[in-house]
Amino acid sequence: MTHVVVDPVTRIEGHLRVEAEVDGGTVKQAWSSSTMFRGVEIILRGRDPRDAWAFTQRICGVCTTVHAIASIRAVEKAIGASPPPNARILRNLIMAAQNVQDHVIHFYHLHALDWVDIVSGLDADPAKTATLAQSISDWPLSSATYFAGVRDKLKAFVARGQLGPFANAYWGHPAYRLPPEANLMATAHYLEALDWQRRFIKIHAILGGKNPHLQSFLVGGMATPVDPDSQNALNMNTIAALQKLVADGKDFVSRVYIPDVLAVASFYKDWASIGAGVGNYMAYGDYPMSDGDNAQLYLPTGIIHARDLTKVAPVEQERISEYISHSWYDYSVGPDKGLNPFKGETNPHFTGPKPPYEKLEVEQKYSWLKSPRYDDAPMEVGPLARMLVAYASGRPTRVKELVDTVLKKLGVGPEALFSTLGRIAARAIEAQVLVESMDKWVQDLADNMARRDYRIQDNEKWDPSTWPRECFGAGFHEAPRGALGHWVHIADGKIVNYQAVVPSTWNAGPRDAKGQPGPYEAALAGTPVAKPDQPLEILRTIHSFDPCMACGVHVVDATKRELARITIG
Amino acid sequence: MNPQGLNEELQRHGLSRRDFLNFCTSMAAVLGLPTTAASAIAAAIEDPARPILVWLEFQDCCGNTESLLRASHPTVADLILDTISLNYHETIMAAAGSQAEAVLKKTVQENQGKYIALVEGSIPTGADGAFCTIGGRAALDIAREVCGGAAATIAVGTCAAFGGLPAAAPNPTGALSVGDAVPGVKNLINLSACPANAENITALVVYYLTMKSLPPLDRYRRPLFAYGSFIHDNCERRGHFDAGQYVEAWGDEAHRHGYCLYKMGCKGPATSQNCPTVKWNEGTNWPVGCGHPCLGCAEPNFWDTMTPFYGRLPNIAGFNVGEWVDPVGLGVAGVAAVAATVHGVAEVARRGGHKSSSNENKKAEPKS
Repeated sequence: MTHVVVDPVTRIEGHLRVEAEVDGGTVKQAWSSSTMFRGVEIILRGRDPRDAWAFTQRICGVCTTVHAIASIRAVEKAIGASPPPNARILRNLIMAAQNVQDHVIHFYHLHALDWVDIVSGLDADPAKTATLAQSISDWPLSSATYFAGVRDKLKAFVARGQLGPFANAYWGHPAYRLPPEANLMATAHYLEALDWQRRFIKIHAILGGKNPHLQSFLVGGMATPVDPDSQNALNMNTIAALQKLVADGKDFVSRVYIPDVLAVASFYKDWASIGAGVGNYMAYGDYPMSDGDNAQLYLPTGIIHARDLTKVAPVEQERISEYISHSWYDYSVGPDKGLNPFKGETNPHFTGPKPPYEKLEVEQKYSWLKSPRYDDAPMEVGPLARMLVAYASGRPTRVKELVDTVLKKLGVGPEALFSTLGRIAARAIEAQVLVESMDKWVQDLADNMARRDYRIQDNEKWDPSTWPRECFGAGFHEAPRGALGHWVHIADGKIVNYQAVVPSTWNAGPRDAKGQPGPYEAALAGTPVAKPDQPLEILRTIHSFDPCMACGVHVVDATKRELARITIG
Repeated sequence: MNPQGLNEELQRHGLSRRDFLNFCTSMAAVLGLPTTAASAIAAAIEDPARPILVWLEFQDCCGNTESLLRASHPTVADLILDTISLNYHETIMAAAGSQAEAVLKKTVQENQGKYIALVEGSIPTGADGAFCTIGGRAALDIAREVCGGAAATIAVGTCAAFGGLPAAAPNPTGALSVGDAVPGVKNLINLSACPANAENITALVVYYLTMKSLPPLDRYRRPLFAYGSFIHDNCERRGHFDAGQYVEAWGDEAHRHGYCLYKMGCKGPATSQNCPTVKWNEGTNWPVGCGHPCLGCAEPNFWDTMTPFYGRLPNIAGFNVGEWVDPVGLGVAGVAAVAATVHGVAEVARRGGHKSSSNENKKAEPKS
């Protein structure tokens, strides 16, 4: 039995530590620990709820829109504000752009190096690489000359002797399986994707002033004026620019990202039966197609239990609870009871080993994440959950079409989706579905302009004097990494309590009161590890979830102030 | 990199030498340098010595890292990344776990006093350091060691520069800025804003490579080239402010026609940053340009001092810009003095000298 520690898990957002027991070349048990805590919600207490989105937005700079969206939705629900159609459309565009860009960055810049051996690409034959690239896509950057250029650039980089961010990695590890040509092609696309993401995200700059941390959100709507006859508002110039950027996005996703995922996956098909995890999948659903509380969502809501794609159960918020049995917090009701977020408490109380430490006390408390459960069962959230819920629901039909196409191309059945590889495929399929849907929303915005509908915000509810004296609201969103919920309690125009239950908390949380592992922990069990001192395979499964740890840890209960015990050194 | 190697690199990126020199000229403009500085910048980039950078993340949201990925003039910026050696950056690096930590250790040990440390995120002091650990070590420990051995430390973003969001009242984790957590750290530069603009991160690196010294700073240790003017001074809506034309409600006619956002809570008159001139995402837009007030994110403690964000700033004295000008800073005479200083330094750099710059006399006031 070898005890393996991976800390820091790199190529993620935030600070994550994984400990695992490896025996006979396989992970037997694993523990996921988040090692950073800020306390955003206590900071929110007593503040203007209209400011909250800017605070919560800073929970994460990678998925830089998601906590702003969930926050304005929660506050709107509480105060009864109704965003007009333009705001709904602008938010859909911003959310979809975030998902698409984030998924591409995840695949190429955060995850690819677990599958792609850049150093092996140095041995590639550019002509053969061109043949390979042209066989999977009609993407124009595919000539032998082009790939020779990329290879020579890599060679020059290596020859200079300073490998920078590529130093000391697992190059040459036996688990790498791509031929040199596929490695070179993927490396070229790693560089192209770096350029592409910067161009595509100009959608956010147009609609939000900047990225990261867009600044056009408002409780009740959006701050970007709409007027086809003004040069200081979103106008036809904007529509044309958005159309162009969306077209570029579709081009890259369909002609580079999807073919690359299929090509890489075809060499690693055994990973379609590794890393399944808890087997329960939950999506809140998102992308409202019309206005009001009962709008149909383009990506549907639902729960799939025990990998059974024949049934989709509804999601009911009151059945969500969070446990702290293995988390560095105290509950007033004792350590082993779950609490619904509306009654949530988060009193940080570190009881782990004093830093610097070698090993966590995994039988005790070992993470800054709580353990969210639905009906006491762990749930996986994220693109795979969304695509499975959509696939099982039969809508949107585009999801079913694309899932079936991908399964057919890889020659596997739907059961292959419940895996490390399934998460990667689902993310790519979702990027394609969402980037295609953006066309319609751009057109909807243009149509509204043509109708002279300039409304962007519910001005009736801007002044806090129009709000109920005391009110509660919950806002839900599908972030790139999964189901996100914010809960807010407002009294006299100020925040009394704020709670968030976040995708990476669902996925990366520790064991609960019953000892049930969270999705990361469950997915690692059974993962092969060829060389415990180079745990590349552990990274593969963890990265397939796209961890976002700063998101996961941030909740401090605003009603229980036991923080005074913490010594400020 | 020798000029021949650079030319080959440029060709691989599909760029001509003219593109490269244009980039250097635009960098000079971002830095507020005379156009003659472009050749000094070009010479520095061609220098064979590749400075080593390590990027530490503590109580952060990764927003500054994402900002860096948006750096403009794409292919040439890519080249700049090739030109420096980014030895450690958790979000980007291929190695993980003990292999990653070994790289950091080796870099720090073998390059004492030579590398540049960039820090993203605040540093918590509560719970014996357990609010942020990496590889089992407390953030404060790591910061002391790595920043302590650096030639210069750049605090990227408002959290690292001033404590930022984690340090907002009531500061639950005892979060501190780099300057406060590691007192006496050498050559500290605060690149505040939430996040720091990619253009300013790149410009600072180029400045350092070119001048072999740090830029002149304001009293908060922020480079004058990016923080030397108020947003209000260069705002495209300034004319409307001066004419008393204000947005009164979201989406009203004034809002649709780009009037001043002061009454909607704009903090531009109290915020030093070059957003209106450099803008964001390759000059595409900036917050006021999209119709939302400035939040004041480049200023110390803005989460407490600039909130409520939609409340009006008190005591804005109409036309009198001088009211808010920083003591170190920038009347017209100040700009001229800085330009002269910088020009002198550029001359030193061009001759290959490494003499410490005359910006020493611009030393920032120590923060309390």
